[in-house]
Amino acid sequence: METLTNTAPAAPATEERPLLDMRDVEITFQGSNGPVKAVRGANLTVMPGETVAIVGESGSGKSTMALAAMGLLAKNGKVTSGQILFDGRDLAQATEKEYQAVRGDQIGMVPQDPMSNLNPVWKIGFQVKETLRANGLGGKDIDGKVAEVLTEAGLPDAERRAKQYPHEFSGGMRQRALISIGLACRPRLLIADEPTSALDVTVQRQILDHLDGMTAELGTAVLFITHDLGLAAERAEKVVVMYKGQVVESGPALELLRNPQHPYTQRLIASAPSLSSRRLAGGTTGETVAADDNVIEVEHLTKVFKIRDKGFRKTEFTAVDDLSFAVKRGTTTAIVGESGSGKSTVAKMVLNLLEPTSGTIRFDGEDMGRLSEKELFRFRRRVQPIFQDPYGSLDPMYSIFRTIEQPLKVHGIGDAKSRQNRVRELLEQVSMPASTMHRFPNELSGGQRQRIAIARALALEPEVIICDEAVSALDVLVQAQVLNLLNELQENLGLTYLFITHDLAVVRQIADNVVVMQNGQLIESGTTDQIFAAPESAYTANLLDSIPGGQLLV
Amino acid sequence: MLMYMLRRLLQMLPVFFGATLLVYFLVFATPGDPIAALSGGKPMSPNVEAALRAQYNLDQPFWIQYGLYLKNLLTLDLGVSFSGQPVADELARAFPVTARLAVLALVFETVFGVLFGLIAGLRRGRFFDSSVLVLSLVVIAVPTFVLGFIFQYVFGVELGWARPTVGSGAPWGDLIMPGVVLGLVSFAYVLRLTRTSVAENMNADFVRTATAKGLSRSRVVRVHILRNSLIPVVTFLGADLGMLMGGAIVTEGVFNIPGVGSLLFDAILKGETPTVVAVVSVLVLVFVLANLLVDLLYALLDPRIRYA
Amino acid sequence: MPDTQHTTVPGASEAPSTPRTGKISKRRIEHFVAPLEETPLQAVDSVREDSEPLGFWAESWRNLRRQPLFIVSSVLIVLVILVAAFPQWFTSVDPRSCPLEFARMGPQPGHPLGFTYQGCDIFARVIYGAQSSVVVGLFTTIGVVLIGGVMGALAGYYGGWLDAVLARLGDIFFALPLILGAIVIMQLPAFRESRSVWTVVMTLVIFGWPQVARITRGAVIEARNADYVTAARSLGLSKFGALVRHVLPNSLAPVIVVASISLGTYIVAEATLSFLGIGLPASVVSWGNDISSAQISVRNDPHILFWPALALSITVLSFIMLGDALRDALDPKSRKA
Repeated sequence: METLTNTAPAAPATEERPLLDMRDVEITFQGSNGPVKAVRGANLTVMPGETVAIVGESGSGKSTMALAAMGLLAKNGKVTSGQILFDGRDLAQATEKEYQAVRGDQIGMVPQDPMSNLNPVWKIGFQVKETLRANGLGGKDIDGKVAEVLTEAGLPDAERRAKQYPHEFSGGMRQRALISIGLACRPRLLIADEPTSALDVTVQRQILDHLDGMTAELGTAVLFITHDLGLAAERAEKVVVMYKGQVVESGPALELLRNPQHPYTQRLIASAPSLSSRRLAGGTTGETVAADDNVIEVEHLTKVFKIRDKGFRKTEFTAVDDLSFAVKRGTTTAIVGESGSGKSTVAKMVLNLLEPTSGTIRFDGEDMGRLSEKELFRFRRRVQPIFQDPYGSLDPMYSIFRTIEQPLKVHGIGDAKSRQNRVRELLEQVSMPASTMHRFPNELSGGQRQRIAIARALALEPEVIICDEAVSALDVLVQAQVLNLLNELQENLGLTYLFITHDLAVVRQIADNVVVMQNGQLIESGTTDQIFAAPESAYTANLLDSIPGGQLLV
Repeated sequence: MLMYMLRRLLQMLPVFFGATLLVYFLVFATPGDPIAALSGGKPMSPNVEAALRAQYNLDQPFWIQYGLYLKNLLTLDLGVSFSGQPVADELARAFPVTARLAVLALVFETVFGVLFGLIAGLRRGRFFDSSVLVLSLVVIAVPTFVLGFIFQYVFGVELGWARPTVGSGAPWGDLIMPGVVLGLVSFAYVLRLTRTSVAENMNADFVRTATAKGLSRSRVVRVHILRNSLIPVVTFLGADLGMLMGGAIVTEGVFNIPGVGSLLFDAILKGETPTVVAVVSVLVLVFVLANLLVDLLYALLDPRIRYA
Repeated sequence: MPDTQHTTVPGASEAPSTPRTGKISKRRIEHFVAPLEETPLQAVDSVREDSEPLGFWAESWRNLRRQPLFIVSSVLIVLVILVAAFPQWFTSVDPRSCPLEFARMGPQPGHPLGFTYQGCDIFARVIYGAQSSVVVGLFTTIGVVLIGGVMGALAGYYGGWLDAVLARLGDIFFALPLILGAIVIMQLPAFRESRSVWTVVMTLVIFGWPQVARITRGAVIEARNADYVTAARSLGLSKFGALVRHVLPNSLAPVIVVASISLGTYIVAEATLSFLGIGLPASVVSWGNDISSAQISVRNDPHILFWPALALSITVLSFIMLGDALRDALDPKSRKA
């Protein structure tokens, strides 16, 4: 590929020329409140065949950098200064036509969300085919070529699969299709923007392994965008850390991980759950609690859903299948599983929001299936939930004060004045300023909303809090902050947590006991230390092994 | 696909029966003697009265009456109008005219609505977009019969571009202006819908991915943005047929077109309830069938539907 | 701390999918550290305390206030409502006194718009005609929102057979388009003889409610599944309590938008029915009736038809514009968190 002309100053012959060289790049977006600089003075180089990872939180500018390299910035965004040299040619001011020539066969892309990146109305084969055609790789046997690139991406039975629509594919298969599109025209640089964040860890690992193999074989350079430092260090030779639109540190992956210099990088490494191997300090360990003091005892719990199949028949779907476990008072028990494992259904049943098909849930020895309306109302005070989506868990119409006051009002606790004091106290407990009271959820960040949700859950002084993926949607640093808060609260208030999550790394930080679920069934359970040190089942072992970066710091 | 069509067909049946039952119920369950209702309150000869009783089987219980009415409707035995003509014959004469009018209106609103909506959506916030948006609001706000009079006066009388009223036999050429008038309100809706849909799809992830594949801008617009934006438009067209039927009555009245609308209009003026009921029932049947067609088109455009 | 630091890491690159101990490059990779003064560290997730607190309605109002479409339409609507409520403030001429000697005359002093075919003052008739349009539009909307809103909310929230029945019922009404359905009812002798504003309102409500029910149902289903509803339920709030306190307030926005736009279309529907001669009785002064009676002379005296048509169109336009402005201000998709 020596067709591009070199306009940059000639590099010494002995030294290799970078494939992508972004120099002092500044990217500005025209917002409704004036221009916002999303990226400032950022430098980045990718050598031919090299894998480089940009790591940062949401809003750090990492995706913006990558999109700028492909000329895919949103309409209101522009590269306002600096150079984007691709193979020596400056693309920063390139026209749409020039970019069109580069995209596909020079720079390919694997996007983040496999669900939304394939056009739902066209067959997979069609979408691969148009990529080949647009880059002049049509040729005679184009269908054969389509099957070939799909097979390369690890899609079995490619010829038949090519005739299917995206909605007939699972998430992992869609991502494979997108990888095959990204690599179909043998680009020299592949930009992979969080290519597996939306997938389960085991699938993530398979796909990244495959991507690694393919790019190594083809000699493709990869620019990898991720929020996960562990993943970056594991998959890239070089890591670039971005923070608030600036590059704060870059260097060889392992060196950066073991010897971080910038305080932000240090903070990131300290917070990354996948890199830590201990439970957060302050929590209890299973041994200090009396062996038989169980708050929740679940026995033979089963939930069968009737779903309408094609036509008029109904099929049964067993979401939870004969599950038994117990939660000790004052400890944290995590229920871990991948999507579809039934873990959230368990949470709903323990919260008494969903009726079990069979089996019993005992709370303090009392069978919850037999509770009367009144008893149920009292039970509600003792168990409270926190949900995953910080944007969905607070009513946008309610001020923070009304949100936290609501449980007190529903249960008729105190008068207006004492309730106001209690709200203040609760806000303090979750380290939010009292002035937040008059604000509305849309003014708060995700982590702050989650803290408000915790305050609401604490209002009734419950004994058990059920966290349904409560920190999964948060950025690493905010996640660490919330986990620490939960841990502190447990210590001070003697709370019991039932922690539902897909993220084993988080489990290690917060849980005393673990219940592993797959397809509605219990795979194994035990203390966190046991499970992490010596998993009994292959499934758990695979799950553990798939935590990115897990083996790097040891 | 076949399963899907079959299911849609099955779902249509109760809707059709329900709607005709509703019409029938409204006519025969309102207070007063049904014969008085059917005659429009005018005195009439015992002969006519007897014929009406026979046509509507008024001596039978309600359910049998309804059943027989349905049977008559499906065999297109629609009774006789006050002037002694079989309603089915009058309908057969009027129907092709209205069908032509409706086709013109549909073609006009779809072609121009989608075209203008696409341009506006691609240039959101610019001058073309804002002016087209305001214009579409004005078009929606002006009632069809007022639009009819304006067109008739401006293009027919003042400018002389078109015949202000439609000649006998209602040739295609004469129907263009009424067709545009009839389709104008829906044109505004189609335009707005396409615009919103295009603007939404422009920001869709799969469009960015398509661009990243190296496709040309025009291909991205045609194959990915426009194609996907047509789906909600087609859904709208189904519901729109109902609006067109209401509009056709008015438009045909304004332009003196001898179509189904005029038939209905005349029947209303003369208080000929049997004809009104018959014509409305046939229109409901047409509407339900047309919606079935739209569903088919919808399934062709959106593969996700076929398997749902 | 040094600005940059050079490190050389020797070693061969790893083969893929072996135990993942990281990749080590053969190249020299510079270890760059940005100076701390240029990249200061900020507190994690701090709360902004400088801005005014802003709730959903307050924020919507602030968005709305800035829209020219909203300002224009609300000024017009206030004017139309004033005219409808107090026509005598705007003209002293009796719209029902129609001396034939003035028939079809142009503007005269005190009669700025001239006279109709029957010799009535056009300006006075346009002013007095506002009332029936506004009353029909307003009360039809109220009726439709009440019936459609309650039906839609119950169907969406409780689901099950209630939802199935209401959905079928909605489909049936959907198969009978508004104007066609209204024609069937209004031409019946029982209605014809007792035609009034209220029979028109009733007819439009009968055929208009399914649309609002559909919209409400959709909005309620979306809100029903939100986590904050589940959270409220697990606080001990009853199912109905959650509907009233959380689900309904959060479903209101699309209903308000549709209500505003529908108000305009009901006014058009009333005018259309009157135009067809089965809407308001001829004795009621209304724009639809005036347009209907002006059509015979449209070729020679277009101005007789023009003024009521203009008044009608502007009224409808202002409600539709209001709906459009409301949609932009209330739609959560168009504003970001």
